Amino acid sequence: MASQVVNLRVNERSREFLAAPGTSLLSSLRDTLGLTAAKRGCAQGGCGTCTVLLDGRAVMSCLVAVQTVDGASVRTLEGVARDGALDEVQSAFLEGFATQCGFCTPGMIMAAEALLDRNPDPTRDEVVEAISGNVCRCTGYGPIVDAILDAAARRAKA
Amino acid sequence: MAKLRGRGYASVNYPTGMNLGGDPSQALIHATTTGTFVVSLSSVDLGQGLKTVVAQCAAETLGLPVENILVDTADTDTGPHCMGTFASRGTHRVGNAVIMAAAEAREVMLAVAAEELEVDAGDLETDGTGFVQVTGAREKRIHITDLALAAHFTHGRTISGRGIFLKEKNDPVPETGEMDPDSCQAHACTVAVVEVDDETGVVEVLRMHNAYEIGRALNPAMVAQQVEGGAWMGMSHALFEATEPYYPARDHGPTDFNEYLMPGAADIPEYHNAILERPAGNGPFGAKGIGEMTANAPIPAIANAIFDACGVRLDTMPFTPERVLRGLDELRADRSPTKE
Amino acid sequence: MSYKTNPIDRTYFPDEPAQDFTVIGSVVRRSDALGHVTGRTAFFEDISPPDLLHLKTHRSARHHARILDVDLTAALAVPGVVRVLTHADIPNNVFTPLKLIGVEPDDEPVLAEGKVRYLGEPICAVVAETEAAAREAAARVRVEYEDLPAVFDVEEALAEGAPIVNEYHGNNYFTYEGHHCRRIRFGDVEAAFAAADHVFQWRYQSAPIEHAPTETTGCIVVPQPDGRLRIHSDTQACFFTLDNTALILGTPFNKLRIVGGTVGGGFGGKVDIAVEPVACVAATLTGQPVKYVYSRYEEMQVSSPRAAERIYIKDAVMADGRVTGRRVTLYVDAGAYSRHSPYGTTKAAAHLPGPYSIPNVWADCHCVFTNRTPSSAMRGFGVTIADFALESQMDRIARALGMDPLRLRLLNAYRDGDLKAHRKVAEGTALVEVIQKAARMVGHELPEEYLRMSSMDRRER
Ligand code: FES
Ligand code: FES
Repeated sequence: MASQVVNLRVNERSREFLAAPGTSLLSSLRDTLGLTAAKRGCAQGGCGTCTVLLDGRAVMSCLVAVQTVDGASVRTLEGVARDGALDEVQSAFLEGFATQCGFCTPGMIMAAEALLDRNPDPTRDEVVEAISGNVCRCTGYGPIVDAILDAAARRAKA
Repeated sequence: MAKLRGRGYASVNYPTGMNLGGDPSQALIHATTTGTFVVSLSSVDLGQGLKTVVAQCAAETLGLPVENILVDTADTDTGPHCMGTFASRGTHRVGNAVIMAAAEAREVMLAVAAEELEVDAGDLETDGTGFVQVTGAREKRIHITDLALAAHFTHGRTISGRGIFLKEKNDPVPETGEMDPDSCQAHACTVAVVEVDDETGVVEVLRMHNAYEIGRALNPAMVAQQVEGGAWMGMSHALFEATEPYYPARDHGPTDFNEYLMPGAADIPEYHNAILERPAGNGPFGAKGIGEMTANAPIPAIANAIFDACGVRLDTMPFTPERVLRGLDELRADRSPTKE
Repeated sequence: MSYKTNPIDRTYFPDEPAQDFTVIGSVVRRSDALGHVTGRTAFFEDISPPDLLHLKTHRSARHHARILDVDLTAALAVPGVVRVLTHADIPNNVFTPLKLIGVEPDDEPVLAEGKVRYLGEPICAVVAETEAAAREAAARVRVEYEDLPAVFDVEEALAEGAPIVNEYHGNNYFTYEGHHCRRIRFGDVEAAFAAADHVFQWRYQSAPIEHAPTETTGCIVVPQPDGRLRIHSDTQACFFTLDNTALILGTPFNKLRIVGGTVGGGFGGKVDIAVEPVACVAATLTGQPVKYVYSRYEEMQVSSPRAAERIYIKDAVMADGRVTGRRVTLYVDAGAYSRHSPYGTTKAAAHLPGPYSIPNVWADCHCVFTNRTPSSAMRGFGVTIADFALESQMDRIARALGMDPLRLRLLNAYRDGDLKAHRKVAEGTALVEVIQKAARMVGHELPEEYLRMSSMDRRER
């Protein structure tokens, strides 16, 4: 198997790069494209710190072989703020003290973005379900769930 | 088959700092000509919020808004020595060092302001918004940015300060254990309410009530973060966590997050927390360290609540469904009420 | 609502001078949060220097064994492999992290030398152009072992004739100034037992617990133009890591620079000097940047956990609930090497007998070596598991006496002026008040005399 040229639309920009077989989407984002918001907490699908949106769905990018998603569109935390302004989820996390070490935050926010895109008015249980693949070792989850609900409320008002 | 409810209590104390080898941390602070103060440290923020809390300590001491403080930390070429972040020492040691450094810098700041305003330094105060003014006379004032420029270009002074906190070395007396290992003690009492499923052995924590005495809550929202995050970790330790589930047997060790169980967002109890403040004489504005202790009281509170619920005394952590069920089986086999 | 705070109840210490703060005590937004929510916070692994090499470790497959042979042929044949390091490449291979505060002896090899003492102990380090090549080559290292008897239980380890885990100590325990354990001797417990209305003794046990930070332990070492090494690390203690690493490398301290301070969770798990020394050696030998990051498996099973502890508590108790004597035998399972456990064991000793004024206390706290992953610091170490035991014990005593568990605690709670078992006079205590507060929070009624108790009143005993 040979390296292959991969085209992705990342945060609305076309990116073309060479990927060796087996290279994960996470590694391409971080190591090739220099987009380091997505984190590598386990590289085996267990922690959710690498969560990004792939064609609008939240995926664990460490589990996606990048050669298999040629042509897809990808959204990472770097692409969430618009014109330098935080979006509702980011603001809610910031003001709600939903971050401690911050290592889980990019994955949590992307999982929340995916949820709110498809369900703008989620219940608490739906929020819990949406982040069930994301580990946080610091916060005890409560402030994160609250922040996502708060973000939904902010978005409804906007 | 039933869900059995119980309530358990635990009260604990926890030392701030663990000193035996001598426990120092240093801080340096200086004003740039923009009127911004840079706090230089080599201390580490693990997510507990050290960077924020030391900025608050510097701002309070200087009498400036927290926006005027930048914390530059954890580069051993530019930051003075810090022992590190452990033993609930960060806020206490580094906070004290920063206060000392900021107090020295404040003195220079006021001295330069006195010359600029042609008054006595003793008659000056800070207004908390960035001005140094003659006490009670708002019209006679100078902004920190002008002051910093004047110090540099007119007076040839550095508005800067040095700070250190040292808990001196102490060796335990080997015969008796006499020692002075810590700087102060924080306190907590936790009440846990659990439900035990006597068919599956699963323990659910429904509510946790936590009363903490922490000296001084420097940033109440960050205190809340520690209390809640720690309570969650304590619950996790109590019910799930072990790298060797059948210790001392080495087998069945979890290798990833799928096997190493921890409570998720669906499993969190209702928290009711309260804070008491009894400032420590040696703490920064009276603060004690609480980063670690918040995981402690929940564990025995849950053990005691399980006993209260179903009569099973779990003396081995974690309190897995398997252990609960074995305990219930034993109780059923041997219905002697004098077990405890 | 956008953030939570907990109510501050000022009714308990009303005499504390009300201070007029501007910034202290107010909700200041976290200075790091903007970086976190935008993904701009730079963690150590977020840099990618050009020509970066990757380091992976081949680890022991045995609990306790002599190493007869290490065959690197297959590993070196993997395309992309640059070098394989063994103990011979590490200038001062044997170390102990607390030597900086005078703890002896050096007892742990950076890379195993002749012997392995726990499953997962590092034997050699593969440096390669890609992570995949490093991982593949590490798997291809062949080690021939001769198994040795292993010991896993703390009390078995201390028994006569147990296999010796760590020859640098000569015994399966850490020696405290000539003693086989850290001791507390305060009053006369035996007399207390003789005079007690009840004597209760129970045993408690915990298992090792992993810190499980979402960011694993790691570093990236970048050789600098001036010959120094810049180490991007998630250590919890920059100078501590710098000093230990320099000692292992046998290099002047100022050849190293640590850059860190932003850590994806530590909880005590990132103070072990686990990755920096070998990565620095690799960077020095290759002249290229080297990255060494633990996999999640390594973090779970190889990085130090919170020690398992076994604790026996025997209490002398009077009919009215006063605890008059407490005898504690505590075992900290240090695993194969000291790391921070001798310190944690002392911390446990200082914590005894818990937040209570007990006039007679006897404690033996053992730091024991076994053939398992070395344990080390974790959030509250020395105290967390002791609290589980102590507070379970208090509950059992209350039940045995038919007493309200909070009244039992209040009756025995330490107060200002009490002399603790390690002979420090208690000050700034507040156990009484947090218990009173918790009781009020849950509607647990206390009689008037218990509500009137105060940490500031000296007790007559
Ligand atoms: S890094 Fe992808 S799930 Fe952990
Ligand atoms: S904030 Fe640290 S892991 Fe979530």
